[in-house]
Amino acid sequence: MMTKQKTSAHYKRNQKAFTVTRFILSLLVAFIMIVPFVWMVSASFKLNTEIFEYPVKWIPEVFRPDNYDKVWNKINFPTYFLNTLKLAVIITVTQLFTCSLAAYSFTKLRFPGRDKLFLGYLATMMVPWHAIMIPQFIVVKTLNLYNTHTSLILIHAFSAFGVFLLRQNMLSIPDSLHEAAKIDGCGYFRTYWSIILPLTKTGLATLMVLTFNNIWNDYMGPMIYLDSDKLKTIQLGLALFKEEFSADYGAIMAGTVCSIIPIVIVYAAAQKYIVEGIAFAGVKG
Amino acid sequence: MTTAIEKKKKKMGSAAKKEALTGYLYLLPNFIGFLIFIALPIVAGFFISFTNYTGFKAPSFVGFSNYAKMFNDSQFKAALVNNLVYSLTSVPLTILAGLLLALLLNKKLPGQSFFKTVYFFPNLTSMVAIGCVSMLLFEPTQGPINNLLQFLGMSADHLPKWFFSTKTALLTVVLVVVWKQAGYYMILFIGGLKNIPPHLYEAAKIDGANSWQTFKNVTWPMLSPTTFMCTILCIIGSFQIFDIINVTTEGGPGRATTVLVFRIYKEAFTNTKMGYASAIAYFLFLIILVVTLIQWHGQKNWVNE
Repeated sequence: MMTKQKTSAHYKRNQKAFTVTRFILSLLVAFIMIVPFVWMVSASFKLNTEIFEYPVKWIPEVFRPDNYDKVWNKINFPTYFLNTLKLAVIITVTQLFTCSLAAYSFTKLRFPGRDKLFLGYLATMMVPWHAIMIPQFIVVKTLNLYNTHTSLILIHAFSAFGVFLLRQNMLSIPDSLHEAAKIDGCGYFRTYWSIILPLTKTGLATLMVLTFNNIWNDYMGPMIYLDSDKLKTIQLGLALFKEEFSADYGAIMAGTVCSIIPIVIVYAAAQKYIVEGIAFAGVKG
Repeated sequence: MTTAIEKKKKKMGSAAKKEALTGYLYLLPNFIGFLIFIALPIVAGFFISFTNYTGFKAPSFVGFSNYAKMFNDSQFKAALVNNLVYSLTSVPLTILAGLLLALLLNKKLPGQSFFKTVYFFPNLTSMVAIGCVSMLLFEPTQGPINNLLQFLGMSADHLPKWFFSTKTALLTVVLVVVWKQAGYYMILFIGGLKNIPPHLYEAAKIDGANSWQTFKNVTWPMLSPTTFMCTILCIIGSFQIFDIINVTTEGGPGRATTVLVFRIYKEAFTNTKMGYASAIAYFLFLIILVVTLIQWHGQKNWVNE
């Protein structure tokens, strides 16, 4: 009895020490993960001569908005920003619409060749985009869409992954619900719009956040398809800016901060869906 | 009686027809786009890889010469070797980091969800942004990282040049990418850890197993499907690395950081050798296809036990 109590107390003490160690380690990792961003924000408010001062002054002595002024007023950053926002919104909306319609058709409607077609969709998912970017570019050029936003909208709007994700979601909606709607005289589009879509909310939200994030962060697509400065997106603009003003560290950091802010907002608002999307991408494998 | 049934059958037939038509109609918007911008390029790319297409004049068929040329092209060979080195270092490091982070946060801990949020955050930011910040952090003469190393006692002549030396450039890219994507794999590993039945841990506890024994005999084997899947995903991703290299080193110094996608991009859009670039692109596809087939095979025969 005595020994048992002793080991139990010993065990508890051990557990506590273990938790404390883990907590300290977690803090350390959090520091490593966050410190580059803190440094970035701090540098964006400094003069170029102050940025590399040692030891690092994490909180600038004087907050200088000059870098932000430069990024917003002397370079085309607002245009890049609006272009990206426009593309992200249009692509996300088109993708949600076309993918959900297709997923509804693949799950709830019966027609010859349905499963074979879906298999075709699945098969293309393992082809990496980089392997088809050249022929895709040729197709876009042939359609006279080079150097337009339409090119990027078209290559991104019809995602097989989106169809797959929403189909998985819709499979869990019982067929009987669909049949009942049909018997009640509910047309196909109304069934899709007012019964199926509301029940697929999680999937739609997940796809929405993932697509928005992808388009916002896309660099290679705009690099290949856009030439005019007035059409460029934020990642492209930031990369070019970095190349042109490679010594203007503070302004580069200010531009980087601006490019990240929308992502922070989306993450804060929709973290749950992002994590869900990651887990799903894993299952899909 | 028979007429009634026949009538009903006929009616069902027309309803089924309507359903099928609707099915095709709803598929159409996505399918047309899918056909033109995804399916067609997949097929077209294969044919282009056998031509000398440049984008300007009509292409002619050149047989396997693009593929033969690849293995005499020192630029391509350097890219392939670099890419293999990159994959062989970044994949194990990423998997290890992801697993350790997941184990760190798996059991109850104060601030658990805060830590998860923070660890995952770098993964959402763009490679361009991360490239811009890391160029400054790793600045060789006065950057904060080398300042820290000097503070820790490293002599000024031994400080690494990070992105600016042929010896360390690729390794620096690996470090930055592992830092960025560890949180992603952490999320996948946490999912895998949640799926391990708790009674196995109770049994291990009753048997008096210590933490290491529990990890070795329960966690690690039960986690193998997740580890396998993460490794495959990570390998596939490692062959698509491009953004950060284009932003930071542009393949240099020398050829130290040229990788496959970088070569495809340069050949296609700088040298306008679309045919040759397509051959490299198909080679890349082949690598990823092999990895994917290994995954299917593995999932069927080993993991789903």
